Amino acid sequence: MSTSIEQSSAAPDTSAPSPNPLGGHEKQAPWVPWAMFGAAAVVALGFLLLTGWNVVLFVIYTVVLGTLGTYVLSRVTEGSRKAVDRLVTCLVVSAFGIAMVPLVSLVYEVVRRGAERFDGEFFTASLQGVIGPGGGAYHALMGTLIITLLTTLISVPIGLMTAIYLVEYGSGRLKRSITFLVDVMTGIPSIVAGLFAYALFVLIFGPGVRLGIMGAVALSVLMIPVVVRSAEEVLKLVPNELREAAYALGVPKWRTILKVVIPTAIAGLATGVTLAIARVIGETAPLLITVGITNALNFNAFDGRMATLPVYAYYQLTQPGVPPENAIDRAWTAALVLIMLVMGLNVVARLISRLFAPKTSR
Amino acid sequence: MAKRIDVSDLDIYYGNFKAVEGVNLSIEPRSITALIGPSGCGKSTFLRSLNRMHEVIPGARVEGKVVIEGQDLYGSDVDPVDVRRQIGMVFQRPNPFPTMSIYDNVAAGLRLNAKKTSKSDMDDLVERSLKGANLWTEVKDRLSRPGSGLSGGQQQRLCIARAIAVQPEVLLMDEPCSALDPISTLAVEDLMMELKEQFTIVIVTHNMQQAARVSETTGFFNLNGVGQPGRLIEYNPTEKIFSNPDEKATEDYISGRFG
Repeated sequence: MSTSIEQSSAAPDTSAPSPNPLGGHEKQAPWVPWAMFGAAAVVALGFLLLTGWNVVLFVIYTVVLGTLGTYVLSRVTEGSRKAVDRLVTCLVVSAFGIAMVPLVSLVYEVVRRGAERFDGEFFTASLQGVIGPGGGAYHALMGTLIITLLTTLISVPIGLMTAIYLVEYGSGRLKRSITFLVDVMTGIPSIVAGLFAYALFVLIFGPGVRLGIMGAVALSVLMIPVVVRSAEEVLKLVPNELREAAYALGVPKWRTILKVVIPTAIAGLATGVTLAIARVIGETAPLLITVGITNALNFNAFDGRMATLPVYAYYQLTQPGVPPENAIDRAWTAALVLIMLVMGLNVVARLISRLFAPKTSR
Repeated sequence: MAKRIDVSDLDIYYGNFKAVEGVNLSIEPRSITALIGPSGCGKSTFLRSLNRMHEVIPGARVEGKVVIEGQDLYGSDVDPVDVRRQIGMVFQRPNPFPTMSIYDNVAAGLRLNAKKTSKSDMDDLVERSLKGANLWTEVKDRLSRPGSGLSGGQQQRLCIARAIAVQPEVLLMDEPCSALDPISTLAVEDLMMELKEQFTIVIVTHNMQQAARVSETTGFFNLNGVGQPGRLIEYNPTEKIFSNPDEKATEDYISGRFG
């Protein structure tokens, strides 16, 4: 101990320039980077006033100049480690900003233009007999809800049972080939799923058939692998000790799965299913082929065409009629409703995982 | 209730790997038998083979005989699920069911087996099992709270209550105290001394003082080298093992001169 004290007391004499042995440089004040970016903005502004005003270029110049300035200043005053830290911080924040640009711009635009027709009539009227202003998407909203419900009814049992097989029972070649096929199914383009369902029903009912249930089958092809994947991951997370605890009580395997494994994983399973629904609810291409479009209300998924929100938006936009403004406004509102549905489902998924999660409080 | 266990020429495999070789022993009813030995020597594997929990692991199998009161555990007509109902198990890490309350955890053995039980019978059983596990006074006011909210020692006693609620003949304990503090360990040991009035208890432990304190008979497992199967080196009354063992290896292990 005494020697180290002697050394530290002797240190200032030998190395006078850096009195603090743990860090030779001052720490920057927190406002310095902000000031640097402010200065960069002023420089960019001056430069652009000379060459011609452009918002995008202004932002790019400011970010690049500010990042470079912060790095150089920090390197001079704080040393290279701090400077790299500040450089990477700037890069990460810029990347986040770039990722947010399309999202914010999309939501802003859809809300702005969709608000035009976001009224009572939109949710209560169909398009039957509507030429020009007015009309709504009640039939499309109902079609989307009915078809999505049917899709869920088909996909969840199949997907869940496949996942249970893979996690609890499967082994060897069969398990590996199912996993592989599920992976392949995840990558199927949605139009191919639509063509598959169409071809399947044409074999049974003849060409030109359009049914709501066809859309549900097509969407199931897309939804099942998503459900399998998410359920598999969640079931794997259930600790093996719980299964063994149940086995040791003399509980058969199927009851262990039903009463211990699934209740423990229920929050994750429900979240996965909700997110899978959100994934397929906005699919357009398969529904375009299998379900078609109609202007009238149709609650029966087993009889004739149905309207769905994405296809509705597509047709309102591509075949707006004369004058086009009314239909295009309806298309924007349909897009807004679709986004709200997906966001709502995501919120529901979060609520479910919070509500059902195993409680540990005393 | 309690039953005698006879094991003869038992070999235990994981796939092609022979984990335990040639075990012969008999376990007396209403006694505590301790299994000691270094890590990886097959104590837990042997314990798990006593209630056919071993075969939960894919590829695991057993050759030889385990006979409980004249009934061959590995007979072709024996259902492993029935075996496990008779032979309960407590694990190293407390594992109460996280989705269930304290009450439901104790009732789990009957509930999960879909045995129809009236509410009052179930209340009685839960109270009796929790009292049997010395946990009743601590939890009687919060039976509907989640079992995972208890402390580690309480959780382990909850798991013991859950295991004895199905009224097994034999209770297997796989290092039940290794995750517990000394006071909780003492509580579990006291509990074992009471439980041996009714059950045959087999306990795997790394704590030799614990083996000396609680058991009547001790088995010492060891293995000759890495990759070799584990063997039962010595099986004798606890007093003899800890004072005057037959085998040199046992003495070395117990006195700490091992390896």
